[in-house]
Amino acid sequence: MMDIVSAFLEATVRTATPLAIAAVGETVGERAGIINVGLEGAIIAGCLGAVAGASIGGVPGGLAGGLVAGLLVAVTFGLFVITMRADQIIAGTALTVGAYGATGALYRIGFGPSGAALSIPTLDAWSVPLLSSLPIVGAALFSQPVVTYLLYALVPTAWWFLQRTGAGLALRAIGEYPPAAEAAGVSVSRLRWWGVLASGGCGGVAGATLAMQVGTFSEQMSAGRGFIVLAIVALGRWHPVGAALAALVFGSTTALQYRFQASGMDVPYQVFLALPYLVTLLVLAGGVGRSRAPAALGKAGGSR
Amino acid sequence: MSRAAPPFVRTAATTVTLAAAVVLLLCGFLALGGFDVGTALGALVRGAAGSPATLASYTLVRATPLLLCGLAVALAFRAGIVNIGADGQLLAGAIAATAVALSLRTAPPLVAQPLILLSAVCAGTMTAAIPAWLRRRFGVLEVISTIMMNFVVLHLTGYLVRGPLQEPTRVYPQSPTLPESLRLPFVVPGTRLHAGFLLAVLLAVVLWWVLRSSAAGFRVRAIGANPDAAAVSGQVDVPRVTFRVFLLSGAIAGLAGGTEVLGVTMALYENLSPGWGFSAIAVALLAALHPLAVIGSAVFLGALTAGAGAMQREAGVPSVLVSVLEASVILGVLASQRVLARRSPAPAGARP
Repeated sequence: MMDIVSAFLEATVRTATPLAIAAVGETVGERAGIINVGLEGAIIAGCLGAVAGASIGGVPGGLAGGLVAGLLVAVTFGLFVITMRADQIIAGTALTVGAYGATGALYRIGFGPSGAALSIPTLDAWSVPLLSSLPIVGAALFSQPVVTYLLYALVPTAWWFLQRTGAGLALRAIGEYPPAAEAAGVSVSRLRWWGVLASGGCGGVAGATLAMQVGTFSEQMSAGRGFIVLAIVALGRWHPVGAALAALVFGSTTALQYRFQASGMDVPYQVFLALPYLVTLLVLAGGVGRSRAPAALGKAGGSR
Repeated sequence: MSRAAPPFVRTAATTVTLAAAVVLLLCGFLALGGFDVGTALGALVRGAAGSPATLASYTLVRATPLLLCGLAVALAFRAGIVNIGADGQLLAGAIAATAVALSLRTAPPLVAQPLILLSAVCAGTMTAAIPAWLRRRFGVLEVISTIMMNFVVLHLTGYLVRGPLQEPTRVYPQSPTLPESLRLPFVVPGTRLHAGFLLAVLLAVVLWWVLRSSAAGFRVRAIGANPDAAAVSGQVDVPRVTFRVFLLSGAIAGLAGGTEVLGVTMALYENLSPGWGFSAIAVALLAALHPLAVIGSAVFLGALTAGAGAMQREAGVPSVLVSVLEASVILGVLASQRVLARRSPAPAGARP
């Protein structure tokens, strides 16, 4: 029984790690008033970037490749929504559609039509001495690949940045009411650029994590995780810690689904998959506690 | 996305210019990828419109869901609603159509078919109703809620095709095949072009007339042009009209699910839609949100999709390149609007 529980927890954390990394970045972006529907595009680009990077430089190369690919998508997104002040949702959707096509085409051109033989280094688990031998949660939390520990550092850093620094305060202000921030001398577009880059960069690293968890690339392997992250950010109430916890909720339902499928029990496991979305809708409606999106989310900011 | 649509002639000119730009871009991609441009384009044209029968069976059949979803998206955008849940609404329509069709297997087709399509419309409406209500009652952003509904409907489909609606042998994750008697009639003999296409074209004309000439259409256009002005005028109940337009948008996308099941697949399965709800955004924007121009842009993107299949078979060009072209269409429209806005600055106080 204990083995089942700790295996389930381990699978939960593993599934939640890429979701949480992307969600923390997207939380920072959304607090700046930018909703990045192109995050799915950044994640799939990160997957392909990791494949390219890892074939040169192993795991660190893969993470760097994913980061660069995610940032590339973010820069394109920023050019449209910040520089040109285009509609964020439509531009983001276009980038997701385009990134699916571009990664698929590049992969087929670069690695042949099937690419089945392609394999890249996978992430090895690093056990933290003492902590990893804690009962039940030890292995799940402290016998994970390096990206999970990266996440442990990312969450408090994002919280500290948003809540305890002047730049974080200014960034939150432009997510609520850009004219006021601008009147106070804050450059709306510069901070929004940081928000977009945080979102895309974390998305790229999340994609790299996905690719290096399975050790290969396949078309559309991001499988809608970018959209799931938008739900996670809302469920996490636009807070970095909330985002990480919400990612665990989504990760646990996926882990539960694997369990049910493996056990061969006749359980409609899709219910568990759909449940987090329904909960998120309830949270958004204010049915579960108070939750409100940044007021200027999705709107072009500043006077010019 | 809230703005008045320009007159049809200008819209058509923009659409044709952008379509030409897309073809040029495609040539560029092909050259960059090291493919033989002539061979690839030849395959594309043959696959899309090599003969009248190819045009009808491939291009126009693919254009049908693109046209309906394109209308759904265009209508929503015209009223300032960012409905990116057309995919889920379409799938909900397909679920309802399949379920109703299975229980009407023996009914006379002329009675059953309208009922089946109506059930698809209702399912699409209900799927849109949740985000529409959340927006009206709680101010929830429809971007997030429509995305969430897409997932809920997708997982519901996954459950149904492995559970209550699974085919009798219980091997494949899909519904039983519907009886041929329920299939929508073919409109061109010898091709697979079904009556759903005519229905979609008819709907485009009706929608164009309603938006242009009716009081309801005027209210929608007023909200799209400037929701604050529409509210202040006291003549338009903005939340109510927006709510209804949202439902109508879902209804049209739901119909696409119905015509797809009765006209093409004759069964329900999970990946019934290859993302038509998202391609529809390119369709709607390429048509500058004009219902009549949507017919043209849907046929254009339908032809690209159909031709891309042939291009992959004959010239080895990855067919997913079409997604890059769709994305370029959308970004191109966004960029050109920026250019237009620079020429004629919006009046002070207008929404960004």
